[in-house]
Amino acid sequence: MSPSPESPAPAHSGPRLLDAGETALVAEFGDVVDPVLNDRVLALDAAVTARALPGVRESVPTYRSLMIHYDPLVIDRATLAAEVTALAQAAPAEARRGALWTIPCCYDPEFGEDIATIAASTGLAPDEVVRLHSGARYRLYMYGFAPGYCYLGGLPEAFATVSRRLKPRPPHPPNVVMMAGGLASIATVSMPTGWFLVGRTPERMFSLTRTPTVLLDVGDELMFEPIDRATFDALEARATAGEVVARREPQP
Amino acid sequence: MSTPALRIVAAGPGTTIQDSGRHGYLRFGVTGAGPMDPLAHATANLAVGNAPGASAIEVGLGGLSLATEGGPVTLAIAGAPFTVALDGQKLETPLVLTLEPGAALSLRAGPTGAWCYVAAAGSFALAPVLGSTATHTRSGLGGLDGGPLKAGDRLPLGAAAELGHTAPSRLIAPWLERSLDVVRVVLGPQDDFFAPEVVERFLTQPWILSGRSDRMGYLLEGEPLTHAGGFNIVSDGIAHGAIQVPGEGLPIVQMADRAPTGGYPKIATVIGADLGSFAQLRPGASFRFAAVDIATAVAARRAQAEALARPVERVPLIRTELPSEFLLGLNLVGGVVSAKAPIV
Repeated sequence: MSPSPESPAPAHSGPRLLDAGETALVAEFGDVVDPVLNDRVLALDAAVTARALPGVRESVPTYRSLMIHYDPLVIDRATLAAEVTALAQAAPAEARRGALWTIPCCYDPEFGEDIATIAASTGLAPDEVVRLHSGARYRLYMYGFAPGYCYLGGLPEAFATVSRRLKPRPPHPPNVVMMAGGLASIATVSMPTGWFLVGRTPERMFSLTRTPTVLLDVGDELMFEPIDRATFDALEARATAGEVVARREPQP
Repeated sequence: MSTPALRIVAAGPGTTIQDSGRHGYLRFGVTGAGPMDPLAHATANLAVGNAPGASAIEVGLGGLSLATEGGPVTLAIAGAPFTVALDGQKLETPLVLTLEPGAALSLRAGPTGAWCYVAAAGSFALAPVLGSTATHTRSGLGGLDGGPLKAGDRLPLGAAAELGHTAPSRLIAPWLERSLDVVRVVLGPQDDFFAPEVVERFLTQPWILSGRSDRMGYLLEGEPLTHAGGFNIVSDGIAHGAIQVPGEGLPIVQMADRAPTGGYPKIATVIGADLGSFAQLRPGASFRFAAVDIATAVAARRAQAEALARPVERVPLIRTELPSEFLLGLNLVGGVVSAKAPIV
């Protein structure tokens, strides 16, 4: 692809290639959480997947880099590096347009157990915490940590000072919505965490007993819709039965 | 006759079903799992005619006692030098034998090594989860029910070739006799988060394996490493063997049950050929790292693949009290049978 005024990224600003041992190559586009950068990661991920090179086992998109796992006895490092560099140059600068999802979330104190702490540390009233959190549009940057665990960007600036717990708290319930370090997340599996709990969704971001197993694509956007406890219980029962209770919104 | 099955009589907490791992789902946060010592796992499988990545039992330091139901089962045992006893008689490992109904087989941790593998001819008929039977206990995937094996569990066997009785025979697998003193690494991907003299110290000072290590991570003790700048990075991918350095400066080597992504700088990555021998270290063991280039790492990997591509040879075990040097001195090596030949 030849450079044009519409493509601000010149060819030489391709990804940095780093070795994670002899079986993984990292294509790193930057070191920050940024949707433009994540778009480039996702575009390269799509190109690498479509290219289906023998010896490439799987690729893992993250906020700012793509990890490509490979078998060095099938494809050598130099061949793979040349392919990745060429694919990065040819890949479109912007990824496909992601879908927009509405994820129900119950902020009742039983689930949003840290809302009071967040309110105290930010100077906001507790209901203002909920209003701001549910009014924002988030981006699913990556999965990681556990099956279907969603790393989200787009947390309102008002929560930027909410860092991490000094000590991890004991295992939380499944499907909790959390914040820490300027980021948001949806946890799927009960685990100890250093993040702060703001609510719980009845939706399963990952379920082996449902098709599809995973609802959202990386790059999709989502909003949280506040629900009361009775609605949570009703949706939780439907989700347990295998139903999808999040909504995929029509986009123009 | 019904299909034979292995019955777990007793199992320590760290004993699980593992195949070669769950591939293709790292992008959804699903851990690969798989064996801690892939070379020993593959050796045990190949010795009974299975595919190298077939489902087998990974036995941890807690040990395992087994019996068979519905018919004899031919087993291979390879990995750490665990104490193996058949009806109370000690047998030298690695070995292959046929377990008859009514007989009792036990594995107990020996003085060294951490993981031992039990593969059954025909492997196990288990339902794969996301394409794999590998157990990942933290997310509850794989194995029989997503957890470790426990007393009373029954493992039905898959279809195997014509099986007869195999007298206990020692496997000739010299590739499993590996150095436990030096662990080779490729530097990076974030070695530039450390000053050159800190990288040098990482490579020269002794490290001790912490007792808090598990299938997810091997924690190291030693003089802490200092970061040149910050220690929080924006999360990126984690390879098997990646050596993370959190804020306190003590490295954590990311093992089979690692999360697919993480947020600490990774100073180096253990090469694939050394992952198994490194996994076999016991808490308290001392070792050093040595840096190699990609070509060296690939050559070591190729050498292991070539060793596994040849049939695993056997020597009948006469009396287990005799040292292997004595058995070899009896010139029985000429009588070996290929593990890939029909078992008669």
